[in-house]
Amino acid sequence: MFDTVANAASVRYRRRVWVNRLMLGLTIGSTAVALVPLVLILSYVVRQGVGALSVGFFTETFRPVTIGVAGGAGGVLHAIVGSALIVGAALLLATPLGVLAGIYLAEYRSGPAATVIRFCTDVLSAMPSIVVGVTAYVLIVQRTRQFSGLAGSIALAVLMVPVITRTTEEILQLVPQSMREAAAALGAPRWWTTLTVVLPAALGGIATGVLLAMARAAGETAPLLVTVLGNNQLTFDIFGPMQALPLLAYRYTEQPFAVLNEQAWGAALILVVLVLGTNILVRALTRRRAG
Amino acid sequence: MATTPPTAPAIRMPPTSEAHLVLEGLTLRYGARIAVAPTTLTIPRHRVTAIIGPSGAGKSTLLRALNRLHETVPGAGVDGRVLLDGEDIYGLGVDPILLRRRVGMVFQQPNPLLTRSIAENVSIGLELVGMPRRERAATVEWALRRAALWDEVRDRLDHPATSLSGGQQQRLCIARTLAVRPEVILMDEPASALDPIATSRIEDLIRELASEFTVVIVTHNMQQAARIADYTVFMTPNEDGAGEVVEAGPTEEIFTAPHNQRTEDYITGRFG
Repeated sequence: MFDTVANAASVRYRRRVWVNRLMLGLTIGSTAVALVPLVLILSYVVRQGVGALSVGFFTETFRPVTIGVAGGAGGVLHAIVGSALIVGAALLLATPLGVLAGIYLAEYRSGPAATVIRFCTDVLSAMPSIVVGVTAYVLIVQRTRQFSGLAGSIALAVLMVPVITRTTEEILQLVPQSMREAAAALGAPRWWTTLTVVLPAALGGIATGVLLAMARAAGETAPLLVTVLGNNQLTFDIFGPMQALPLLAYRYTEQPFAVLNEQAWGAALILVVLVLGTNILVRALTRRRAG
Repeated sequence: MATTPPTAPAIRMPPTSEAHLVLEGLTLRYGARIAVAPTTLTIPRHRVTAIIGPSGAGKSTLLRALNRLHETVPGAGVDGRVLLDGEDIYGLGVDPILLRRRVGMVFQQPNPLLTRSIAENVSIGLELVGMPRRERAATVEWALRRAALWDEVRDRLDHPATSLSGGQQQRLCIARTLAVRPEVILMDEPASALDPIATSRIEDLIRELASEFTVVIVTHNMQQAARIADYTVFMTPNEDGAGEVVEAGPTEEIFTAPHNQRTEDYITGRFG
C-alpha cells in the first residue's frame, strides 16, 4: 500500500519537476528576449555616438556645413544648455504641483474630489506627448506669437506632473498609519503631521519620483517640436526659440551630412547616459533608504 | 452561549463624584455597523481602569473614542456623551486637537517618529504646544525619568529612536505622552508586542503613573489586568456583533466574584 502510493507520487513528482523546469526555462527565455532590444539599443547608440564625442562636441555650437567642403563639425553645447534650461524650468513648475497633488491624494484621499483627481492624473499620464505639445502650441505659442523654451517647459511639466503625483501618493501611503496616529494623539494638527512627520519620512521616495519624471521629460521630442522650434545658436533666453538634445537628434538625423548624422548619435548617447545615470542614481538612493 | 441565561449588565464603578471621565450612552459606529452598543460608565480619577474582553468586543474602539481618535477613521460615527471633568468632549466648540493634549494615548505597537532622535521624540509634543526650544530639555529629562528610560538613553539622546529596542521604544512613547502632562493616559495593549521582561517594566510603570494620572488600558491579558488595574471593565460582543459592557467594577471582585455569567465564563476560560 505504502509502496503504491510512493510510486504513484514519484511518477507525478518527476512530471512536476519537469514542468517546473520547463516553466523556469520559459520565464528565463522571455526575460532574455525582452532584454535584447535594450542591449541592442545601448550598444548601437554607444558605437555610433562615441565617434562624435570630442571636447568641441561639448564646448561648441552649430557650425554650418557646406557640400564638398571638409570642415569642423562644431558641437551641441547649445542643445545641452537648451535641454538643461527647458527641463530645469519644467522641473520647477511640475515638482511643487505634483508633490502637493500627491499629498492631497494620499492624506485626504476620501471624497469624490480625490477620485476625480486620481482619474484625471491617470488619463494625463497616458496622454500622447504630441497632444500635449500641440495643445501647448495652440494655447501658448499661437497666442504669444512666439516659439519659446518656456512653452516647451510647460508642455514637459504637464507630462511630469502625473508621474510625480502618483509616485508621491504611493510613497506617502507607505508611511505607516501609526506614525500619523502617534502625532494625532499628541494633539498635532493634520497639516503639522503631514509636514513634519509624513513628508520627512517619504522624502527619498519623492525625490526618486521627481528624478524619474525628469529623465522621462528630458528625452521627449514631440512636444518640443511644436513649442521650442529649435535654434542653431547658443541662447539662454527661455522666452525665445531654443535647441534641445532630443530635438537636435531628430533634426540632424534628417540632414544629408554625415557629420551632423554622427552628432545626432552623439546627442542620443548623451540622452541615454542621462536616463541610465538617473536610474542608477535612483537605485542607489532607494537602496540606501531600504538598508 | 445558548445555555447561558441572559443576564443584565452589572456595573459597580465609583460614583460620578470620583469620576474623571463619565460615559453617557456612548455609542460607536463604523458606517451602519454598531461597534460599541450604548455604554454608560464612570472612570475614576487617578486609578488604573482596565478594559478586557475577547477580540471584536470593541475595546480599542471604545478607548479611541475617549480622545476622539475614533472619528478619524472614514465612516466612523459617535452618539452619546463623554464628560471629561464634567465637560462633554463631543460638545460644540471642543477642538479634538486640544482635547488630545489633555488625553494622551500609547498604542499597541511602539510608534516613535522614525525620522526623529530620542530627545526629539519626547519633545515633539512640547514643540506642538509652543514651548521654547531651550526650555524643553528639562521636561524631556523629567518625562524620560518618569518613563524609567532616562538611565538607558541619557548618553545618546541624539541617536535615532529606531536604535532602541521594542520595549525601550514603548517606554519612549510613554515618555512622549507624559511630556505634555496630560490628565488621562489611554493605553491600547501597550505591552502586547513586548517580551515578558519589558512587559513587567511597563506594568510597574503603569502602576506608578496612577499616582498622578488617570489610566485607561485595553488588554487581552487577564493576568495583566488583575496585576495592574484598580477597576476592570469586561466587554463582549452581543448577538448583533456590537461590543457591550457586561460587567465593570473593582478588579478583585471581577476576578473572584463576578456577578455576570458571561464574565465568569470568560475569566474561567470557557469562551473568548
